[in-house]
Amino acid sequence: MDATEDEFALLTETGRRKLPTPPQQNNHGNVIVSLGSLCQRLAEQAEALEIDVFPGFPAAEALIEDGKVIGVRCGDMGLEKDSQFGEKPGPNYAPGVDIHAKLTVLAEGCRGSVSKQLIREFELDKDAEPQTYGLGFKELWQLPEGRVKPGRIEHTLGWPLQSGTYGGSFLYHLDEDRVYVGFIVGLDYEHPEFKPFEAFQQFKHHPSVKQLLEGGEIVSSGARTVVKGGLQSLPKMDIPGAMLIGDAAGTLNFAKIKGVHMALKSGMLAADHYIATAESSGWDAAFRKSDAAKELKKVRNIAPGFKKGMWFGLVNAAFETVTMGLAPWTLKHGKPDWKKLQKLDEAGDVPQHIGERDLPPKDRLASVYFAATEHDESQPPHLKISDTDICIDRCTEEYGNPCERFCPAGVYEIVETDGERRMQVNAANCVHCKACDIKDPYEIITWTTPEGGSGPNYQNL
Amino acid sequence: MKILVPIKRVIDYNVRVQLKRDNSGVQTDGVKMSINPFDEIAVEEALRIKERGDAEEVIVVSIGAKVCEQQIRNALAMGADRGILVETDDAVQPLGAARILQKIREEEGTDLVIMGKQAIDDDCNQTGQMLAAISNLPQATFGSKVELANGKATVTREVDEGLEVIEVDLPAIITTDLRLNEPRFVKMPDIMKAKKKPLDVKPLADLGVEMPPALENTGYAPPPKREGGKKVESVEELVEAMKNKGVL
Repeated sequence: MDATEDEFALLTETGRRKLPTPPQQNNHGNVIVSLGSLCQRLAEQAEALEIDVFPGFPAAEALIEDGKVIGVRCGDMGLEKDSQFGEKPGPNYAPGVDIHAKLTVLAEGCRGSVSKQLIREFELDKDAEPQTYGLGFKELWQLPEGRVKPGRIEHTLGWPLQSGTYGGSFLYHLDEDRVYVGFIVGLDYEHPEFKPFEAFQQFKHHPSVKQLLEGGEIVSSGARTVVKGGLQSLPKMDIPGAMLIGDAAGTLNFAKIKGVHMALKSGMLAADHYIATAESSGWDAAFRKSDAAKELKKVRNIAPGFKKGMWFGLVNAAFETVTMGLAPWTLKHGKPDWKKLQKLDEAGDVPQHIGERDLPPKDRLASVYFAATEHDESQPPHLKISDTDICIDRCTEEYGNPCERFCPAGVYEIVETDGERRMQVNAANCVHCKACDIKDPYEIITWTTPEGGSGPNYQNL
Repeated sequence: MKILVPIKRVIDYNVRVQLKRDNSGVQTDGVKMSINPFDEIAVEEALRIKERGDAEEVIVVSIGAKVCEQQIRNALAMGADRGILVETDDAVQPLGAARILQKIREEEGTDLVIMGKQAIDDDCNQTGQMLAAISNLPQATFGSKVELANGKATVTREVDEGLEVIEVDLPAIITTDLRLNEPRFVKMPDIMKAKKKPLDVKPLADLGVEMPPALENTGYAPPPKREGGKKVESVEELVEAMKNKGVL
């Protein structure tokens, strides 16, 4: 579907004011596609070139020998849970195979497990600002006839977020009376009681949006984190034997709210580099000299400007746009997202409006239904909490267990049985967004790869 | 002994099935497709029989468009020896499928057919029985345990009253129930090997099978929407509400 018209608007609780569309948001010449369908199509093209694609075999960890990445180890299949967090091989157990390679290219997307391991072990981010993230929600709606203007793209800022929380909405009008509606919240939000999922649901109830959606039906829904740190957060993208590309490194252009073009481009550039030099070293330098990096440089100060509030952010964004990023300074992100949460006793009122709502889904579990997520019930939870005592004692007191609120699928739940409180991990609901791995204030949650083939079954998202 | 395992490409069981906009059929665009789970169990059972040394070859057959090769390759990666695709772009009904399978069964000279009791898309639960009837062979349906010895198959069936054990002479048709086994995981090196295994594509027209349509689709409709529940304050109110609904 070709993009035809853009609107950029600022919302208040009941009002909507059109703002001039920033040039980064001009979508003329772009197309609206389902990312899932695009990936499927790319896989078909690759297979036609006799390239092996192995869906359902997640790379679980990097294999490192003498300071060099020599490949990856795939996740085990057929493990069963044993007691609450233990595991044992089941009757169909198949250990994950090791794949050795001259070059391993990590294209895992935002917060990839292997990329995270390598960034830590090789300290790839030591000269970079901390990476920051956003949590995105997306729903595909089938609407009554005649409401949709195919190709129209709308973005909003403002309500229901208050000025200190960064985020906004997107609405893509498709053909056949369908729309994508979605919302992204910066995971650098500070209040531990803030509920990102509710922000999205509230947005849908803004009068200007509700009138569009009312009477329609959800076809599918999903959630995923995105990287938004931009150029200043980009880790070093090469290691002996491996390269990081796309959002595994963090090439997304957050001012455009688009990452696909950068991911594709970084993959092409990485291929060019390897063909020319037959080694991974020099890839980081090559990327930083490319036009893709120039695009990121231009917009590097836009996202961090919003941490001083929406109005400062907008004015700063306008300035940065006019000067095309030529300002001599680079704004910093400050602390990583997980350190940004305030403790309950420092945090004031929750900066969030939660009103009545009647559009589906009624809660997070109803939303997970539309993600058609599936994990074999007997497999061990792929969400590992290194110390659940912290959840029950410290976190409850200090932060009020924010995992119960930031998870878009309601995976984390403190349950009380016989007067005893414990952390329950409903791992089967997980939609693989990775917000918990990013936002948990003690860094004790680790998202690991579940059994191959598990996860959401997104339809045309 | 040769075992023939018919498999069907269906919408994956995890997908929320939806109708096309104009209710002309089920939406398959951008939807994950898989081997019918009961057929996957059949493949697994055939492989276990072969691994026990009771069979020499497991042949997988599917009927449908070229894309069904994906599911055949998947079964080959599980361990089947070769595949056959009877290629057609038209929808095939149970009786047609049974006739095609009968033809393949004769051509290949297989002693045992193991197949899913039903496909999860149309839930017909007919093809196995029809194949047995037109082949004039014994059938053992809804098998939850299969044992082979002395030219006979002993099959435990799940029936309403409990378990029924029957014995059939081979060759025979066995259909599988959910609890027969749990299919293995496909291993990555086996996916590579499966690419080199033989897969014959036979155009349906070349088989010379007559397939007059026996069923006519008159329409598709989504299931009725579930209405929201209502909380009542007292027993009296509950009784009143039930009376109003006509259930008391």
